[in-house]
Amino acid sequence: MTASAIGDVERAGHSGGSGGSTAGPYGKGGRGVGFRPPVAAYFAVLVWAVAAALTLLLPDRQDVPYTSALGVVAALVALAVLVLALVARVAERIRHWGPWLAASGYWFVFWEVSTAKTDRLSVPYFTSPQGLWEAMWNDHDLLVSSFLNSLRLLVIGFTLGAVAGVLTGISMAWWRRTDYWVHPILMSLGPVPATAWLPLILVIFPSTYSGSVFMMTIAVWFPVTVLTRSGISGVGRAYYDVAQTLGAGSGYLVWRVAVPAALPQIFVGLFMGLGSSFITLVVAEMLGVKDGLGWYIQWTKGWAAYPRMYGAIVLMIVLCAGAMTVLFKLRSRALRWQKDLVRW
Amino acid sequence: MVGNSVNGAGGTNGSTAGGEVAGRTVTVGGVRVAGVTHEYALHGRPLPVLDDLTLTIGSGEFTAVVGPSGSGKSTLLRLLAGLETPTRGRLFVDGRPIQGPHPSRALVFQDPTLFPWRTVRRNVEVGPQARGKLGEQRDRVGETLELVGLSAFADAYPSQLSGGMAQRAALARALVNEPELLLLDEPLGRLDALTRLAMQRELLNLWLARRFTAILVTHDVDEALRLADRVIVLSDRPARVLADVPVTAPRPRLTDEAELRVQRRHILDLLGAGADAWT
Repeated sequence: MTASAIGDVERAGHSGGSGGSTAGPYGKGGRGVGFRPPVAAYFAVLVWAVAAALTLLLPDRQDVPYTSALGVVAALVALAVLVLALVARVAERIRHWGPWLAASGYWFVFWEVSTAKTDRLSVPYFTSPQGLWEAMWNDHDLLVSSFLNSLRLLVIGFTLGAVAGVLTGISMAWWRRTDYWVHPILMSLGPVPATAWLPLILVIFPSTYSGSVFMMTIAVWFPVTVLTRSGISGVGRAYYDVAQTLGAGSGYLVWRVAVPAALPQIFVGLFMGLGSSFITLVVAEMLGVKDGLGWYIQWTKGWAAYPRMYGAIVLMIVLCAGAMTVLFKLRSRALRWQKDLVRW
Repeated sequence: MVGNSVNGAGGTNGSTAGGEVAGRTVTVGGVRVAGVTHEYALHGRPLPVLDDLTLTIGSGEFTAVVGPSGSGKSTLLRLLAGLETPTRGRLFVDGRPIQGPHPSRALVFQDPTLFPWRTVRRNVEVGPQARGKLGEQRDRVGETLELVGLSAFADAYPSQLSGGMAQRAALARALVNEPELLLLDEPLGRLDALTRLAMQRELLNLWLARRFTAILVTHDVDEALRLADRVIVLSDRPARVLADVPVTAPRPRLTDEAELRVQRRHILDLLGAGADAWT
C-alpha cells in the first residue's frame, strides 16, 4: 500500500511519497507530457565536442603528455552524453543534469586552454588536466596508501566519537546525576576545537596515531552528545506513557522509544561531527601522523610539487564528499518514515 | 468489522449498572477508587484536582465520566493506569492495589500518539514486543488489525493516516494486550462529527466483542449516553461525584429517545450547561 493510494482514499491533497513528483518549492513538476528532448544535454554534447576538438587541434604551449588521450576522453564524454540523452529510460535524469554537464564542459575548456594551450596559468603553481593526471598516475602507490590511511583514521575516529557521543547524550538525558557532572565539562571543554589540544595530546599519548584517533573522537563526541541529549530530552512524555501502559520497561523506553524519537536530532549531531572530524583529520595528519592525505598535501607543498598536491586535494574531495554521501544514505534509510515531513 | 468471539453481544446491557460485581463469574477488571485525593504542584502551591473520590466500577461495565474541562477526569485515568500515584487514598483493580503501569490496563489518549517511526503493524506490535512475547503473539497482531479494519494499512506510516484511522490504530495497539481495563481519555475528541459517530459504533462493537471494563472520559454528553451503562458526572475542580446516572435504554441507542433526552437534560443541568445557561 503506497502513500499516494492512502491519500486517494482518505485525504485528498496529501502529497504522495514516491514516484519522483517534483511539485514543491521549485514549482511545477514535469511529468506525463510525453517525451521532451533534453535540450541542455544536447548542448552539453556540443560543448564537449568543441572541447575535444580544441584539445586535439590546438598545439600545446606547455610541455605536457597525454594531450591526444585527453582529447579522446573529451570526445568520449560527448558521445556518452549523446547516447544517454537518446535513451528514453534515462532521459529524465539526463535532462536534470544537462546544464551541469554543459557547465563542466565550459570549465574543462577554460582549464585546458588557460594552461596547456596558452600557458596563461603556468607551472609550477598551476597545472593542466593532463598534467594533473600525470602527477597522480606517477605517484599512485603513495596516493592510494595515503587515501586509505586517511579513510581508516576517519572511520575509526568518527565511529568512536559517534558511539561515545550517543551514549553520553543518552545517559545525560536519562540520569540527572550524570547530567549534573558531565554538563559543565561538556559545555566548557566541548566547544574548544579538538585541534587546540594537539600539542598536549602529542605529549600524553604513546603514539601520534592513537593521539590523533583521540582528537578525532572528541571532535565528533561534542556535537553528537549535545544533540543526542537535547533530542532525547525533547521526547514527549506521552510516548513514554503509552509505552509504559503497554508493558515497557526502562530498557525498552531508552532504546525503542527515546532513541528512535531523537534520531532526527542525533543525525544532525552526526553531520556536525563529521564536518569537524574532516578538519581534525587534516590537522592531525599535517602536524601529527606522518601519513595520509593531509600529510601528503603538506609534504608536496614543502617542495613545491603543486600538481601532486592538487591530486591529493582531489582525493580529499572524494573522501569527504563520499563520507557525507554515505551518512546521507544512512539517514534516509533510518528516517524514511520522515520522508513526507522533511526535505533535506 | 467485529463478529468473531462475540459473547452475548447486545443482550446484557445495563445488568451491572451501578451495582456490585462480587460473585459474578467474570470478575476481572473490576475497579474500586477509595477516597482518592490528588494534588498537583502549580507554581510551588498545591492544586487540588480530585477531592476524596470514591467509586466502584463493575467488571465488564462500560462507564462514562463527564465533567467540566480541567476537572480532573484525565487525572483519574492516569491514576488508574498507574502513571501517577494519588496524594491520598488508594485504587484497586480486582482487589489488588494499583502500583504502577501494567499491560492489563490500557490507556488510549485524545492524540493517537502513535510512534511515527513505526508502521501501523509495528505500532501494534509494541505491547507484545515490550513484554518479550512478540514471537508467540504475532498472529494476535494481525487479528487485532483485522478487528479495527486496518489490515490494508498495516505497512503505512502514521503520517499517512487520517485522524480516524490513526485513532483506530491506537485502539488496536491498546487491545492487542487483551486488557481487562480499557481507559479511554477523550479518544474521539479530535475527530470530525461523522467519523466520530462511526468510531462510537466501532468502539461499542469492540466492547461487545471483548467485554473488557471500559472507562470513557468525554465532554460529549450524547456520546456518554449512547455508549455507556452508566454516566458519572464530576464537579468542577477539585472533582467530586455530582451524580451517578445509570443508562438502561437498550442498545443501539439514538440520543433523541425520550428517556435519554431526560437524562441528557439532567446531566447538562448538573454541568451548568442546561437550559438555564442559555437564557
